[in-house]
Amino acid sequence: MNLFKISVANLKEKKLNSFLSALLLTLGIGMISLLLLLNKQLDEQFRRNIRGIDMVVGAKGSPLQLILSSIYQIDSPTGNIPLSEVNALKRNPFIKTIIPLSMGDNYHGFRIVGTTSKYVEHFQAKIKEGALFSKPMEVTLGSKVAKNSELKIGDTFASSHGLDSDGDAHNDKKYKVTGIFEPTGSVVDQLVLTNLESVWEIHEHAETPAAEIKENDPAHEEEMGDAHHEAEKQITSALIQFRNPMGLITIPRQINQNTSMQAALPSIEINRLFSLLGVGIETLRALALVIIVIAGVSVFISLYNSLKERKYEMALMLSMGATRTKLFFMLLLEGLILAITGYLSGIMLSRIGLWLFSRAAEQDFHYSIREFNLLPEELYLLAGALILGLLAAALPSLGIYRLNISRTLAEE
Amino acid sequence: MITSKNLRFSYSPQKQFSFPDIACNDKEALLILGQSGRGKTTFLHLLALLLQPDAGNIQISGHTLSGLSSTERTNIRAKSLGIIYQRAHFVSALSVIDNILLSNYLAGNKQDKEKASYLAEQLGFADHLNKKTTQLSQGEQQRVSIARALMNNPNVILADEPTSNLDDNNCQKVIELLKKQSSLIGASLVVVTHDQRLKDEFPNQVFL
Repeated sequence: MNLFKISVANLKEKKLNSFLSALLLTLGIGMISLLLLLNKQLDEQFRRNIRGIDMVVGAKGSPLQLILSSIYQIDSPTGNIPLSEVNALKRNPFIKTIIPLSMGDNYHGFRIVGTTSKYVEHFQAKIKEGALFSKPMEVTLGSKVAKNSELKIGDTFASSHGLDSDGDAHNDKKYKVTGIFEPTGSVVDQLVLTNLESVWEIHEHAETPAAEIKENDPAHEEEMGDAHHEAEKQITSALIQFRNPMGLITIPRQINQNTSMQAALPSIEINRLFSLLGVGIETLRALALVIIVIAGVSVFISLYNSLKERKYEMALMLSMGATRTKLFFMLLLEGLILAITGYLSGIMLSRIGLWLFSRAAEQDFHYSIREFNLLPEELYLLAGALILGLLAAALPSLGIYRLNISRTLAEE
Repeated sequence: MITSKNLRFSYSPQKQFSFPDIACNDKEALLILGQSGRGKTTFLHLLALLLQPDAGNIQISGHTLSGLSSTERTNIRAKSLGIIYQRAHFVSALSVIDNILLSNYLAGNKQDKEKASYLAEQLGFADHLNKKTTQLSQGEQQRVSIARALMNNPNVILADEPTSNLDDNNCQKVIELLKKQSSLIGASLVVVTHDQRLKDEFPNQVFL
């Protein structure tokens, strides 16, 4: 027998009231915690992938779309740009590295990206087995691609056209797996990497039969001739690193004004994206706070009511030697137990929510969110929940100091 | 042993009570009889240190209990007095055994489960120890509250209308148990009642 046991017994005695209070707190805490988790992990995922990329160039269009498609591989590309224009940028002294990217095909929904070994170096992807692609039509698989597709080194596969898995298959040309990357936690995990030539080769061959049918079309012959010309080779976009921050000031404007390409700055676009998402997150957070306040009111009401009913019990315990402070603590403890229960189940709920969200995100975007550790903000949340429980319990419990023992005992 | 001298108490100038002196030795029993409205419960609450008298004093085991702080009174009440109320009230969330042990806990004594089971055996509710108190009949509940009053081996047992809600059969049983158990632990037993059935049970009687 101790205060804790009495408090727990009292809470159990009023099962539904306690359940309602804890449930509301669970929902409120769960929502806030889930928002915190999602916010942090999306932010981390997004920032991890833009680290070291100062600028992206691609076809004109939406800069956000260019960033999303080139860095995160989640939106459609804006179009193609001539390789020669990109190569011309190499002469600019501010530019340190240029990583060309060429997209357009996929294998079972995983994008096939033509690039150079610099892309691999940039994301610090290490080869787990096999070797990096070196010849055209050789590919190295991201860890998640390898796991989901069950392709092994030496296997061959045909890609499908487009970025959805239901595009037309390029059956005539098959890719060969030469290596598999270790998991990096970056976008590389969900990509099939090959060199630029592979992507050109696939599409040249795809176009050739069509060209043969219209052999007499002069315009098309000209196009065919151009396609084989090195200068007219096209890529989708390029990731660019500056030698020093001065580049940020001049180069994007130069590109946007003087070339057919556009330059987009990842940090600016991502901040824009997050401020768009922020409105929704703020609304949800406000809603969650309202739920938490209602939880506090519910704790208050249920303790207030039960205290009215238990007035005689309180007088009895006082007559049996309990001090008022002791009973006050007993009542506070009831509020605290509810707060802790609500907090723990809220934290659990948010992890379940995160897990479900991560499963959905993985299916749709091949992004996974797998950090279930307690966030520092969640400790503040714990402090908030405890204060709420204490306050909600303290207000009605102060009545214990005004209780007239003799009168209460005599009344019933 | 408990004695009282010249006890007076008033709720308001119109409602004043003065009470007869009483004395009850260890192992003895005293019946205080009176009709309702004569201040029976007030008298018992004065003896139980729940109310402060306007005048007069109370002695328990030779100690005069005036001019004590409320903490001291609470302590003496918890350790030296066992109180039984008209309707047996309990902490409804707790089981029978926990309600009995609560008496030890709140008085700051060691929780004596063996004694609780022994008393339950003696008072005839040993089968109900793990039930909730609301599942018990009124007679059983009153016996549980006797056990609760005995847990700290008090010097004095005060009972306020312990039998008024009971039928003849239970009334007889409860009063016999009260007398037997209080004399076993050497306590004075003071019963305040208007229940005429108890008149023949107590040689020592005081009328309000």
